[in-house]
Amino acid sequence: MAEATEIRAEEPAATSPPRDPAILTFLRSEGERIELLLRTLRRLGHTPSRSKLIYEQMFLSGIQTLHVVLLVGLFIGMIVSLQTGIELAKLGQQDQIGTIVAISMAREMGPFITGTILTATVGSAIAAELGTMSVSNELDALEVMSVDRLSLLVLPRLVGLALIAPLLTLVCDTVGIIGGAFVAQAQLNVGYEMYMTSAIDALRPTGFLFNLPKDLYAGLIKAVVFGGMIATVACNEGLKTTGGALGVGRSTRAAVRDSIIGIIVLNYFMTWFMYQA
Amino acid sequence: MTTQATEGGPVIRFNEVCKRFGEKVVLDGFSMELARGKTLSIMGPSGVGKSVTLKHAIGLLTADSGSVEVFGREISEVSTPELAEMRKRMGYVFQEGALINWLSVGENVALPLRENTDLEEDELRARVEERLRLVHIPDAWDLMPSEISGGMKKRVGIARALITDPELILYDEPNAGLDPEIARSINALIRELQEGLGVSSLVVEHRIDCIKTVSDEVLFLDGGKALVQAKPEEFFHSNHPRLARFFGKESA
Repeated sequence: MAEATEIRAEEPAATSPPRDPAILTFLRSEGERIELLLRTLRRLGHTPSRSKLIYEQMFLSGIQTLHVVLLVGLFIGMIVSLQTGIELAKLGQQDQIGTIVAISMAREMGPFITGTILTATVGSAIAAELGTMSVSNELDALEVMSVDRLSLLVLPRLVGLALIAPLLTLVCDTVGIIGGAFVAQAQLNVGYEMYMTSAIDALRPTGFLFNLPKDLYAGLIKAVVFGGMIATVACNEGLKTTGGALGVGRSTRAAVRDSIIGIIVLNYFMTWFMYQA
Repeated sequence: MTTQATEGGPVIRFNEVCKRFGEKVVLDGFSMELARGKTLSIMGPSGVGKSVTLKHAIGLLTADSGSVEVFGREISEVSTPELAEMRKRMGYVFQEGALINWLSVGENVALPLRENTDLEEDELRARVEERLRLVHIPDAWDLMPSEISGGMKKRVGIARALITDPELILYDEPNAGLDPEIARSINALIRELQEGLGVSSLVVEHRIDCIKTVSDEVLFLDGGKALVQAKPEEFFHSNHPRLARFFGKESA
């Protein structure tokens, strides 16, 4: 195998092909990811037989990120509360701090922060794990054993991340709102009761989608999409890794970079679609 | 599948196969045949395309030109599901074992059965245990790949390749990185499998003792072509100048 790897590694130097324009490279790369996503979604019927792997993926992702989500969510809520509270105090509108923190956390900060943390911890780990499998011939071994790699490796990660992301987002939203309450009470002289009343009023039930507040379910839908996107990008980068340890590093970097860009771009379009379109 | 149609024919046939990676020509009109129930070893300098040959035989690589027939079927022309079916009749022993690192030894060996059959757990377990006994590691089920030696990984790789009762096994340097004692036991095992189960084998190897033990025929690959193909005793006494140079017998 080393022999084949050596030959493959020589490939770029030997051919020195003219580089494609950046836009073509970008489109090809996005096309590969969409193709991987669609091919994996076609295997959704395998979900029951992969339930153990999906549960493991959710458990590991949750364990790896929960403490980070708690800490970052708490401080993000505190920052939002302090920043908006200082300005609202000038207008005598401190009683609205709870509203602003709750809406900011539920709509944007919760899913965004959770997605970013999942990218940094789980997405990078997936890309490195699959990348290492690729360079150590484990993926070839699966192929020669006629094992469906998408069903065994990609589906559990995709479904696992798409399910754990909204749960972590709920945690992030909750601790963010609580963190905001600490700051409101301690630094802005807004009582817990007033803060919580305005926060709960802001997240009014809509009578739609299990009677969930729109801001909450909009954020949870974003989280599901982010989770799926992070898994797809990470798996795609991992599966196509070549070039040994260097290649694994390259894939991991690409997975983290592209997932964060993806979160920001998708966030804009989903916000536009859910609140303005 | 066309098993019956090819019953008497070669298991693998390469015909004028060419393969290049960029500017580097690896196979250049390479032809060879592996007869049913026989073991053919491929020898040659490093980087000459021995592992590439194995990868063509199992459909991981596709020839630029020429044909690769396995079980009588041109491998580049079979559909993906047909290729998956063909691969179930083949085993591949990777140089470093290529064990799935998050599965135990037993689960690694069981993987092809779990994924491709509906065997009951008891039957599956019995088959895996029997294969682990066959490769002389009966108590290794619960060990993880990170906990076992290179020789043991190789044995697990062989057990995994054997679990589906293949008609053809491809070995990529089965002695690489092993001490002489373990290498001898692996070679004996390969021979045992061939004689006991009648498996056809294609072996890529550098080590002469391995080739002498396991082979019915030896092929020397260089410059992208098969330079010599002969029985081991003829091969190692060949007067071919390239072989003499390879074995360091030139001055003699």
